[in-house]
Amino acid sequence: MKRHPLRLTGVAALLLTLALSLESCFTERQNEGAQLYAAHCSSCHGDQGQGLERLIPPVAASDYVAKHRAELPCLIRKGMQGDIVVNGIHYNQIMPGHEDLTDSQITILLNFVQTSWGNTNQIYTMRETSELLGRCNGSDGQ
Amino acid sequence: MTTSLRRVGQLLAAAGLALSFSLGGCSSATENPVERLPILGLKYSEPTSPSDTLPDPIPAFRLTNQDRQVITNQTFAGKVYVTDFFFATCPSICPKMQSELLRVYKAYESNPDVLFLSHTIDPAHDSIPVLRDYAERLGIQDAARWHFATAGRDSIFALAKAYMTGAQVDATVPGGYAHSGTFALVDSRRRVRGVYDGMVPAQVDQLIKDIPVLLKEEAETQPVAAK
Repeated sequence: MKRHPLRLTGVAALLLTLALSLESCFTERQNEGAQLYAAHCSSCHGDQGQGLERLIPPVAASDYVAKHRAELPCLIRKGMQGDIVVNGIHYNQIMPGHEDLTDSQITILLNFVQTSWGNTNQIYTMRETSELLGRCNGSDGQ
Repeated sequence: MTTSLRRVGQLLAAAGLALSFSLGGCSSATENPVERLPILGLKYSEPTSPSDTLPDPIPAFRLTNQDRQVITNQTFAGKVYVTDFFFATCPSICPKMQSELLRVYKAYESNPDVLFLSHTIDPAHDSIPVLRDYAERLGIQDAARWHFATAGRDSIFALAKAYMTGAQVDATVPGGYAHSGTFALVDSRRRVRGVYDGMVPAQVDQLIKDIPVLLKEEAETQPVAAK
């Protein structure tokens, strides 16, 4: 009777180890959009897409993200500069390009943004993103 | 038997105490409120006596802020201030870092004894109008509370070292400058009293907690500091 709890602990530990090792097989890609956002965008646009005062525009609940849907793949790959208006506020900062992201990563990232934080916009297929990237000769076909 | 057991008990207790002290050294002192902040910095100057181990004070500086006002050490006389290094077009850590510093600013917005000083490390691009535009966009209307300052690049980099921040030209990183997001808390006697990673919200929380500790010390030593 006394050993029971120990044995249970052992089984629990085994299950936990198994769960943890299995987890590493599956969850990597599940939140890839959020992970890509955290790695490439959040430092400027904020961890909740909120932007920074009048320096950096928000991507959360952003009219720009909805209105300029077709331009966003090139915007991410090539970056942008100059005055833009987001939700009625003027911003003017340099956004660096992200040549390190593949077409499919840009698709996953944009689909995350288009469906997060108050954005309920149409998502992209991989093929559509590659076609849109063709406009700025930016498609890498990957 | 009982005495030896007791002795073992005492030994264990002593070991436990020693362990908890040494472990306590690993984490920042959040549990025991610090009564006095350490004096930090580097010592390049010759010791004035064998017991002189105090770090060098922040050197004399002369900068220009977003309102074209000349600012020097005297601007911060009798105040404590928080400083960092950034540049307006920085695509990597600056927005996050400045949003964290903005959090500290907002916590002490109503206290005129706490000032802020952001140095540009890209003076070639960040002219006075660029700095003013940056400050205004960040929501800082009062330049006397939060200075966005420029000077020759070499002076800025030398100051960065004094404030224990890394800043250097690096063509391999986005934006062309490598720098750390360090915030330094400086007392009215030009001494660094705390350094914090501006990219880590928990450390910025610690800075927000440390400022009143320093202000309390400043209030107590005011007659000395004023002479």
